[in-house]
Amino acid sequence: MARVEVRGLSKRFGGFQALDEVGLTAREGEFLVLLGPSGCGKTTLLRLIAGIEEPSRGEVLIDGRVVNDVPPRLRNVAMVFQSYALYPHMTVRENIGFPLKMHHIPKAAAAGKVEEAAGMFGIGGLLDRRPRELSGGERQRVALARAVVRNPSVFLLDEPLSNLDAKLRVSAREELRRFQRRIGVTTIYVTHDQVEAMGLGDRIVVMNRGSIRQVGEPREIYERPADTFVAGFIGSPPMNLVEQGDRLVGFRPERFLPAALTPKADAVAWSFDVTWVEDLGAERLVYGTLGGKASEGRVVSRIPASVPIAIEAGRAYPFSVDRVDLRWFDRATGLRTEGGAP
Amino acid sequence: MAGIRKTARRATLYGRLSAFVVFSAFPFYWMVIATFKRDHDLYAPANNPFVFNEPPTLDHLRTLLFDTHFLTYLGNTFRVGLAVSAITLLLAVPAAYSLARWAKRWGEALGIGIFLTYLVPSTILFLPLSRFTAGWGLQNSLWSLILVYPTFTVPFCTWLLMGFFKAIPRDIEEQAMVDGLSRLGALVRVVLPLSISGLLTVVVFSFTLSMHEFIYALTFISDSAAKTVSIGVPTELVRGDVFQWGPLMAGALIASIPVAVVYTFFLDRFVSGFTMGAVK
Repeated sequence: MARVEVRGLSKRFGGFQALDEVGLTAREGEFLVLLGPSGCGKTTLLRLIAGIEEPSRGEVLIDGRVVNDVPPRLRNVAMVFQSYALYPHMTVRENIGFPLKMHHIPKAAAAGKVEEAAGMFGIGGLLDRRPRELSGGERQRVALARAVVRNPSVFLLDEPLSNLDAKLRVSAREELRRFQRRIGVTTIYVTHDQVEAMGLGDRIVVMNRGSIRQVGEPREIYERPADTFVAGFIGSPPMNLVEQGDRLVGFRPERFLPAALTPKADAVAWSFDVTWVEDLGAERLVYGTLGGKASEGRVVSRIPASVPIAIEAGRAYPFSVDRVDLRWFDRATGLRTEGGAP
Repeated sequence: MAGIRKTARRATLYGRLSAFVVFSAFPFYWMVIATFKRDHDLYAPANNPFVFNEPPTLDHLRTLLFDTHFLTYLGNTFRVGLAVSAITLLLAVPAAYSLARWAKRWGEALGIGIFLTYLVPSTILFLPLSRFTAGWGLQNSLWSLILVYPTFTVPFCTWLLMGFFKAIPRDIEEQAMVDGLSRLGALVRVVLPLSISGLLTVVVFSFTLSMHEFIYALTFISDSAAKTVSIGVPTELVRGDVFQWGPLMAGALIASIPVAVVYTFFLDRFVSGFTMGAVK
């Protein structure tokens, strides 16, 4: 277990600023998720922590020690790549045992550790196969087993679930979370999938264009996004943002409901001109624009199937949002501001 | 009907294959038959040249092995071939790796530039290079060939290996570095084992090229003790306008057998080596 910290970390690739003055701490034993669209710098940050890339400026600290000049092999970090990067010319046993061999662990002890790590991921029966004979899910387990086998102090995972099919991804996510809880190793996990981030992370770091936009627990990020980027990136569909004077008001689609469902006293009401209704089974997504004094803006409402109210495209309905569920953002900076009347 | 068409297609296929086999095996057949034919059988115009008209003989083989320096030539050829292969690997592996991994945009252009030097004909280069070997006092020494042959094996093999190294995902190498290796360690323990067909291609290519190279060998070496097969056989067995066909063919046969064996066993890898280099 270790604390991982980066200070003022920047990385340029030619003319491209991949990371810009990033500061961040992963606490001991924490599952920290780096989330952002592709090209936001999350993988670069992970690679800088691993030592595969060198920072242009700034420091990487593991357990309080600056490791900028320490090569990856001496940082005691384990990494799982998106491609799993298994050694194709070695068997599963040799793959998992490779880090031990490189660290000169005696053969007998190493063999035991390999068996143990393989057992942990239920791949004990595959030890004599080669990577090309494995399915995607099995490869991912081999990569994870290879990562845990030498008790690293930090796990770095780069989209390890993205090559799995949707069904397998859900069970792999659960397994991964349980496993991390059990061994309690500080884990930094990169993903562009907000569902994965919300489900896995103790805390989420939302990144965009090389800098951190918000760090917080999943619920906090979802409920109180720091700016319009986070508001628009997290949630599916994302938060509605509607112009109101020099500010933007934001509300989650599932909070924007027919007026009959929200308590009158503290609700803000709009007339909702419905243009399109999507029935997804468990819920309905209702698209339209706001009439009344709000300026025009497309918004979406997410109504659970348990609400029987009929809604048709081409008509207007009274909709409202509880005042406590409104979030305000500065139009110029995009940053969240406190309070205010609609 | 379908059966007939299938048979016809097969017949065409095998017909073509047989024609090709006859075409490529004929030189070998000719070498074998000339090696073991008696002189009289070989030179009498009335004889059928394609078969033994008189009982075969080992005389030519004996002449080649015991009355000429053929065994010395063979030894020299292997020595030069091995040394050139080793030098080529030593220089081309790091060069190709650096170009494939670090030179980025320039890598491809540099690689092609290096490859182009391979296309300069040796008939032009042997003049300046003979000054070089003379200057270093290397005439009549195998070292002249060992040092000169890499000038055309290294560029080509560098370009060839670049394709192999590029085909290996960076992830695997970086994984090896996280798992406990230095960059050099990752190259040796992970990248090279994965490029084994490329390395074999390099060895086969360098070896055969140094084996059949003629111009440099002819220019730099005149001492019998330092000749390689490719010049030893023609210079020693062609005296003026007298061609000693029997021993000549025996020499050619013995020199080409190892090459044929190597190509047969490594053909697949060799071909994948060339195509891989071609598509990066």
